Amino acid sequence: MDSRSQILQSIERAQVGKLEYVRPPVVERSPSLEAFCEAVADYRAVVHRVDQGDLISTIRRVLDGKRVVVPAGILDEWRKALSHFIEDVPSADSVGLSYEELDRAEATLTTCAVGIVETGTIVLDGGAGQGRRAISLIPDHHVCVIFEEQIVASVEQAVQVLESSIKAGRPLTWISGPSATSDIELVRVEGVHGPRTLEVIVVSRSR
Amino acid sequence: MSGGGIRPLHSFTDEARKTLKNRQLRANLGFATNTICDKRQRAVDELEDWESLRGDAAAIKDEALANLAENLVKLEASVEAAGGKVYWARDAKEAVELVAKISLAHGASEVIKVKSITSDEIELNSSLAGHGISAIETDLAELICQLAEDAPSHILVPAIHKNRTEIRELFERTLGVTLESNEPRVLAEAARLYLRHKFLTTSVAVSGANFAVAETGTVAIVESEGNGRMCLTLPKVLITIMGIEKVLPQWQDVATFLKVLPRSSTAERMNPYTSMWTGIHRGDGPEEFHLILLDNGRTHVLADQTGRQTLRCIRCSACLNVCPVYQRVGGHAYGSVYPGPIGAILTPQLLGMEHEQANTLPFASTLCGACYEVCPVKINIPEVLAYLRGKTDKELSESVVMKTIAHAMLMPRLFSIGLRASRLGKSVASGLGLLRGWTDSRELPDIPEQSFRDWWRNRG
Repeated sequence: MDSRSQILQSIERAQVGKLEYVRPPVVERSPSLEAFCEAVADYRAVVHRVDQGDLISTIRRVLDGKRVVVPAGILDEWRKALSHFIEDVPSADSVGLSYEELDRAEATLTTCAVGIVETGTIVLDGGAGQGRRAISLIPDHHVCVIFEEQIVASVEQAVQVLESSIKAGRPLTWISGPSATSDIELVRVEGVHGPRTLEVIVVSRSR
Repeated sequence: MSGGGIRPLHSFTDEARKTLKNRQLRANLGFATNTICDKRQRAVDELEDWESLRGDAAAIKDEALANLAENLVKLEASVEAAGGKVYWARDAKEAVELVAKISLAHGASEVIKVKSITSDEIELNSSLAGHGISAIETDLAELICQLAEDAPSHILVPAIHKNRTEIRELFERTLGVTLESNEPRVLAEAARLYLRHKFLTTSVAVSGANFAVAETGTVAIVESEGNGRMCLTLPKVLITIMGIEKVLPQWQDVATFLKVLPRSSTAERMNPYTSMWTGIHRGDGPEEFHLILLDNGRTHVLADQTGRQTLRCIRCSACLNVCPVYQRVGGHAYGSVYPGPIGAILTPQLLGMEHEQANTLPFASTLCGACYEVCPVKINIPEVLAYLRGKTDKELSESVVMKTIAHAMLMPRLFSIGLRASRLGKSVASGLGLLRGWTDSRELPDIPEQSFRDWWRNRG
C-alpha cells in the first residue's frame, strides 16, 4: 500500500468522531484612521498622514534622489514625482528586473490591498500597483501608499476582504513594520533581510 | 542531549542534572522567559475577547482533526489545482528522501531553509548531508545554532542560551569576518551580508508551514526577519514539509490563528511578516511548489482519545516561557526539538511510550497548570502529562525526578517567580504540588493574593 493510503487508513482507524464547528460571525467594526496610524508607527514604520492633494509632493519628498522600482499599475503622476525610477513589468517574454537589478535599487513604491487597525498591518496581494513579491522585498526601503477606504478594523475583516485575492490564487504578504529580530539576548534589531525602512503614506480623501 | 531530532539520548533526570549546572544558561533563560511572559500578558490583555478566541482556536483545530482525512484530501486537491505537487510521507525517512530527490533533480548541492521545527524533527539537515546537499539555515538564531553545531534550546528563540560575546566570536571564526563590536545590530548585519548572496542565487528552498487551508490550498508562514519571504519568493523551487495536523478547514480560520499565534509567541499584535501562497502563481515566486504531508507518529497520537488534543499545538512556545521547570533546566534537558511542557507530551507520544528515555519526559513537570492557562488552543497539558505518567509501566522512581525538580525549584528567586506566575494563572502553585504526593488528588487551597516573600519585600 502506498504512503498516502496508509496515512489515510491510519486516520480512519483513529476513529475520531465527526465534528462540525459553527464559526462565530465576523463582527463589523468601523476603522479609525487615527488608530491605524498609531498602530503602524508603533511597529516603527514611518507614517505620513496626508490629504489626497498632498500625496504627490509627499512621494516626491520621501523618495527624492533615490533609484526607485515601480510596478505596473502605478499612476503616471506618481512616477513623474520620482527623480529616478525603473519599471518592473514582467510579461510573457520577460521575467522583469533581475534580482541583481532589484538589489541595486534603493527603494520601491507600491500600493497595497488592505490595512488593519488592530495590528498596524498592511497586506499586499499583487494587485495593480503592488507588483510581484520580489520588488517589495529586495530593495532596502519600501514606501507603501494606502487610501483610507482600504483600512479595516480587525484581522477577521481583512481576511474577509482578502478572500477574493486568495480564491484568484494570488500570493499575500502581510507586513507589520520593518523586518526585525530579537534572536540575540532578546534585543530588538530592526532590519535583517527584509526592507530596513518601511514608510506608509496614509491618504485621506477629505478631512 | 538529543540523539537527533526528537529522540532523547538520556532520561530527563540525567539531562536536567547537567543543564542545571550551567549558570549562563539559567541567567539567559530566566531573563528571556520572564520578559516574554510579561509582554505576552500585555498583548493578550489588549483583546477583550481573548478567552473566546482561545475557544474558537481549539474548536477549529478539533474540527480539523475530526475530519482530518477529508481535510487532507481536500488540501491535496486544492494545491494540485493551483499547480503544486503533493506528497505523503509516513515517516522521517520518506520525507527526507522526497526532499533529497526533488533537490537533486534540480542539481542543487545547497538549499536554503526557513526555520522549521518539523524539519528538525525529521533531522533533515544531517540526512541531506548524506545525499551531498548542504542545508543552510537562514533564521538568525537557527544560523547561530548551525554554525555552533549546537541544538536549539527554545522554539521561538533557539539561541537564547548564547550571549552576544559568544555569537561575535562564533561569527568571526566561522564566517571569516571581523566585527567592530558585539552589539546585536552589528551581529545581525553580519548575518544579513552572509545570507544576501545565498538568497539571490540559490535555486531550492525548504520550509515548514504554520497553516495550510484545505478549502483554498493556501499555505502560510509567519516570521520576523524576512528570511522567510526571501526563501518563499526568490528560489525557483519551493519544498514545504508540513505535519498533517497543521491543516485548517476554511480560509476564514486563518484570522483566528493570526490573532492568537503572534500574541502567544513573540507577544506582538502581529509578527512583522506573514507570507501566504497558493500553489504557483506565474510571474511571482517559485516555478515549482512541492508540499510534503508528514505523519511521523501523528496518526498514532490522533488515535489516543486523551492525547490527541496535543495535535492542536501551533508551536507558539508560550508554555515554555511560563513553565517553572523549563525556566530552570532549559530546552536541552528535554533531549528533543520539542522542549518544555508541550515537548513533554508531544515527544513521548510521537515516539511511543515504550521509548525508554522519552517516557521519562511526562515526569518533567510539577503539574502546576500554568502551561494550560496560556495555551492559545487550550491543550490541557497537565491532564495529558498525568495520563501519560499512568501509561508507563516502568519503575521510574518518582522520588528521583522529584529531587531533580525540587533542586531546580529551591532557588528563592525562581521559586517566587513561579509562584507569582501560578497565582496569575489562578492555577495550583508548583511549590505546593511539590510538597504533596504525586498521586494525591490535586484539590489544593487557593493561592494567597500575596506570598509572604512578596509581602516582606513590599511591606515598606
